[in-house]
Amino acid sequence: MLSTGLLGAAIAPPGLDLQSSFLDLAEGMGLTPGAARLLWLPLPMVLVLVGAVVGVLVSVWLERKISAAVQQRIGPEYAGALGVLQPLADGLKLVFKEDIIPARADALLFSLGPVLVVVPVILSWLVVPFGQNLLISNVGVGIFLWIALSSIQPIGLLMSGYSSNNKYSLLGGLRAAAQSISYEIPLALAVLAVVMMSNSLSTVDIVAQQTGAGIFSWNIWRQPVGFVIFWICALAECERLPFDLPEAEEELVAGYQTEYSGMKFALFYLGSYINLVLSALLVSVLYLGGWSFPVPVEWITGWLGVSPDAPLVQVITGSIGIVSTILKAYLLVFFAILLRWTTPRVRIDQLLDLGWKFLLPIALVNLLVTAGLKLAFPVAFGG
Amino acid sequence: MSIASTTQQICFLVLSATTVIGSLGVVLLPNIVYSAFLLGGVFLSVAGLYLLLNASFVAAAQILVYVGAVNVLILFAIMLVNKKETLAAIPGLLVRRLLSGAVCAGLFALLLRVAFTTPWALPGPTPVGEEATIRIGEHLFTDYLLPFELASVLLLMAMIGAIVLARRDVFSTDVITGEPADQGLIEKDRTPLLIETSANAPTLLTKP
Repeated sequence: MLSTGLLGAAIAPPGLDLQSSFLDLAEGMGLTPGAARLLWLPLPMVLVLVGAVVGVLVSVWLERKISAAVQQRIGPEYAGALGVLQPLADGLKLVFKEDIIPARADALLFSLGPVLVVVPVILSWLVVPFGQNLLISNVGVGIFLWIALSSIQPIGLLMSGYSSNNKYSLLGGLRAAAQSISYEIPLALAVLAVVMMSNSLSTVDIVAQQTGAGIFSWNIWRQPVGFVIFWICALAECERLPFDLPEAEEELVAGYQTEYSGMKFALFYLGSYINLVLSALLVSVLYLGGWSFPVPVEWITGWLGVSPDAPLVQVITGSIGIVSTILKAYLLVFFAILLRWTTPRVRIDQLLDLGWKFLLPIALVNLLVTAGLKLAFPVAFGG
Repeated sequence: MSIASTTQQICFLVLSATTVIGSLGVVLLPNIVYSAFLLGGVFLSVAGLYLLLNASFVAAAQILVYVGAVNVLILFAIMLVNKKETLAAIPGLLVRRLLSGAVCAGLFALLLRVAFTTPWALPGPTPVGEEATIRIGEHLFTDYLLPFELASVLLLMAMIGAIVLARRDVFSTDVITGEPADQGLIEKDRTPLLIETSANAPTLLTKP
């Protein structure tokens, strides 16, 4: 097997380790270690895939409800209580729509484009941690893998824009690629400053470095500028308003998605929301302490006088970790939705100016200052 | 044979086949857009091969640099100048193709000979795994510092050259042809569209 992952299992850190428990259980039932591993492998992947799709349904519902609240409407209310089943209805509608490939479009590239947009986003969930051992694979290159994978997406956008045989689609695809390239650089530089402080690319190590003093040890206090840069760039990478130029409906109909319908359109839709939730999760991992609770769980167990290694306490700790990661992420999703319904769209030249002439220099200065602070105060900035 | 090594072999075979067939497609397909997309596929499968060799950092860097930057820029350039024009028939096309085919076959034979005659140390050195990122960093800042800096200077030169070629207002004469610079291409000062240029004639309305 690839030896890139599962470094965590070798060190046996504290906290829940579902994998080793499962493997022990399976081997206890008389399976060989190889077969036990083979049984284990699909489980976390399926779980994360289901989690990602449920996350999308929740954020679509939030988007509808919050936009309604912003515009003083009620929003969906008949499909389920408070309209919670509305996203499901949307999805079912898209499944049953006719799948159209326009005449004189390039059928092969037209079908391949949405796939290339969605697959890298879902693959990136590999590195999102919900707890010390609650992630698919603690890859050593961690956060770098996400940056690399997200750079594949513009190829899918260019592909669907080109193959639609439509001016609006092509322009949308080109804009998406230009936007994605320009905002990837400040994004990577902001991540680099965090990586420099935690001395590791692994998402688990990045969170571990933010534990200790609860909310005060989170990276947002040490990297406020980096946090803002990262959030702006993440919004631009997700093509959310105020940066939704690739699909600006007044100018480009719907950009690269103009000709798509049915499930292919649903893939774009799914991809953009999975990407939004993923970006929010990564902001919470990089800057808001990931799964750590504002008051360290070790302190609480100390006050209560229970051992942090007791099985029940570990289960509670793990649940708190998952809940706080998701809460932080959805708080950010809420801000993204609020931004979408309250800000106007920027122009393409303003977008590129912001990326290249403002964010890039600021990100470079942020990196330099972080390096200087790391040398000057190695205690606070992870020497 | 264990499950792990079987998986590894299947991955290797699939990735190699994609690389070889994809690269043939890049060279042989007449449609340049297909070639560019296939090039992305080839880069991705090479990254997969790096991953099989336990070089995860190199694999991620390969995806980021080659797929995310180089290939996207190639596609961008193709689509910005995507003029449908029939290329004029080049005289002696068959001879040219035969010649280039022969050169490629010769190179292939040479590489095969190198691959089969070199005494490869098998098994190779033990993979460093997750330590690789740190090792690469150490090498880049010690014994490979000069090549690293030279490469960045080269890139800087290319970038400045591109800026000079693109911004023709730097010189009064065209850099390439030596003729006076085309004034139409020079970046104009921005004037907002809705500001009236004269007292009674709004620009937008009087324009034909």
